[in-house]
Amino acid sequence: MRTMGHEAPAGDLRLANLTKKFGVFTAVDDLSLTIPQGSFFALLGASGCGKTTTLRMIAGLEEPTSGQVLLGDRDIARLRPYKRPVNTVFQSYALFPHLDITENVAFGLRRRGIRKVAEQVDRMLALVQLEGYGPRRPAQLSGGQQQRVALARALINHPQVLLLDEPLGALDLKLRRQMQIELKRIQTEVGITFVHVTHDQEEAMTMADTVAVMNAGKIEQLGAPADIYEFPATAFVANFLGQSNLLAGEASGTSGRDVLVSAHGGRFSVPAARARLARGPVFLGVRPEKLHLVATAAAVPAGHQHVGGVVTDASYVGVSTQYLVKTAWGSELSAFSANSGLGGQLPVGTPVVAHWDPRHAFLLPREPGEDDRTTPLLDEPVGVLP
Amino acid sequence: MTALAHVPTGSGQSASPPAPRRGRHRLLPYLLLLPGAAWLLIFFAVPLVQLAAASLYDPSGSVTTGYAMTGAVGNYPAALQEYWPQLVRSFVYTGIALVLALLMGYPLAYGIAQKAGRWKNLLLVSVVAPMFTSFLVRTLAWKTILSDNGWLVGLLRDVHLLGPDGRLLATAGAVVLGLTYNFLPFLVLPLYASLERLDPRMLEAASDLYASPLRAFQKVTLPLSMPGLVAGTLLFFIPASGDYINAELLGTPRDNMIGNVIDSAFLVKLNYPQGAALSFLLMAAILAVVFVYLRKAGTEEVL
Repeated sequence: MRTMGHEAPAGDLRLANLTKKFGVFTAVDDLSLTIPQGSFFALLGASGCGKTTTLRMIAGLEEPTSGQVLLGDRDIARLRPYKRPVNTVFQSYALFPHLDITENVAFGLRRRGIRKVAEQVDRMLALVQLEGYGPRRPAQLSGGQQQRVALARALINHPQVLLLDEPLGALDLKLRRQMQIELKRIQTEVGITFVHVTHDQEEAMTMADTVAVMNAGKIEQLGAPADIYEFPATAFVANFLGQSNLLAGEASGTSGRDVLVSAHGGRFSVPAARARLARGPVFLGVRPEKLHLVATAAAVPAGHQHVGGVVTDASYVGVSTQYLVKTAWGSELSAFSANSGLGGQLPVGTPVVAHWDPRHAFLLPREPGEDDRTTPLLDEPVGVLP
Repeated sequence: MTALAHVPTGSGQSASPPAPRRGRHRLLPYLLLLPGAAWLLIFFAVPLVQLAAASLYDPSGSVTTGYAMTGAVGNYPAALQEYWPQLVRSFVYTGIALVLALLMGYPLAYGIAQKAGRWKNLLLVSVVAPMFTSFLVRTLAWKTILSDNGWLVGLLRDVHLLGPDGRLLATAGAVVLGLTYNFLPFLVLPLYASLERLDPRMLEAASDLYASPLRAFQKVTLPLSMPGLVAGTLLFFIPASGDYINAELLGTPRDNMIGNVIDSAFLVKLNYPQGAALSFLLMAAILAVVFVYLRKAGTEEVL
């Protein structure tokens, strides 16, 4: 991962202090990031977090209030969209209904005065596995096929950056999985920088090399999907990218290699390398799949830390069972238990001890007065402007 | 679902609909067609046949002495020979008016459909509002506006856009203006309907794919508005080319259109065979123009 300040090679896409205001509402707030050439970059966030506005500013469909969009060393922030070496796969595909597939795909080439398009169009349709569909109209194609046409229509222009605005949002789950793999394959094949906007954390994690989690117009965390998942930077990220049990506590400083935390009357520790801060109000976080349930405190492995509780809900989802464990102070922790055949099901009402390896826990900053956060954030908050 | 479970079994029998009687089902579409078909028959087909018959009457008859049905096909060439200038003039005036209406109407429809925002409905009403008054009254209003001692002529004379004896009323220009004005809404409304459906994301996509605004209009907006454009053009062209009010009130006999000739054949000269023959000639001419136009415009795929 390159960061700001390094010398950018010719094709890197850099956003520098990019800001977009709609009236009093700040959609994108002083955003700076570098997207290395040839990478698959995902902007992940809920509706209204500014990710689509960011994308539209790169495409030129929205003019920034301030800041720069640099492609290599060239600031393209004020170029008209049709003058940018950037193409977009739109959320609704926006295929031209009055043109057949060939002409849809050839549209960009024709606008640049290229007359011989047949060969390139055929090659593109082959790339997206739609050979022979050229003479059809968009309305005669399924959603997944239209999605591929939209991709071919953008890719045929060999843009320096390809922007994808929730490209899989309209597809059903199975097709979405298939297209995720397909998109990744195509990106590897063409080597073009892909900037992918999505609210689907799984989609972002499966496809992207680098994920930026956005919230309220700012980037909360940026990094490789595994790094973000294993060690989130904020409570928002911890619950937006996957699910976390966040216990409100107070960190009292380091002792040796550990940070000491007291929470709900218990004393815990987290390795200093996994603590975002060492003193003050903190969230002690553990992912549900890292939380294991045993019958008694005696059964907790050495070195693990634990809290007691009662099973209040058990949802069997095939590959795993998802338990809710109510602690003595009333919070409900989530614990996922893999259906590996070891150990049986725990019925509701069973008193259990939930334990975890401190190396799997993490410490995040917490606003004073904030309580435990154990429920996942909704993908689509109600009442937030897109 | 649970509510259904409590319904006594007695009503369960009536829950399955009775087997449809095939005969009634087959007849239903025709029954629904009946009122419209009857209307068409009585008010269109019968008069049309009557008119066709009248166009073949012996032209030497009269309303008072009665007409003899002699199959006088010669009425057609005779009428055409006498009045072809008016027929041609009708299409020339209508053509010019159509071009003017397109130049005004397309930007207007586009503006209302895509840019008007919350003013959309108000603007639409403004387009239609003149139609709340009679066609005749509106045209008479233009007569006042364009009159020789009206303010408009005075103003144009003052700024020397018009000579001291120049006039607006009773000119070919006034007739074309009247046609443009009176039939503009028929062009704008279907065009608006088409442009209103135009997804702005189409234009964003075009722009993203290297189309300048002009190109985007030519390659995306225009083709996508074709259905409305064709419908609007026809709704403008067909009534305008048969119109006689504008030429009557705003022009002179020199500016007479075919409508005026037909009007006077029926109501002044009482020459029914001639009026009927001219009516059919006009109809044939319009059909020919529309046919050629639709072939050229070729919008069946978009429609």
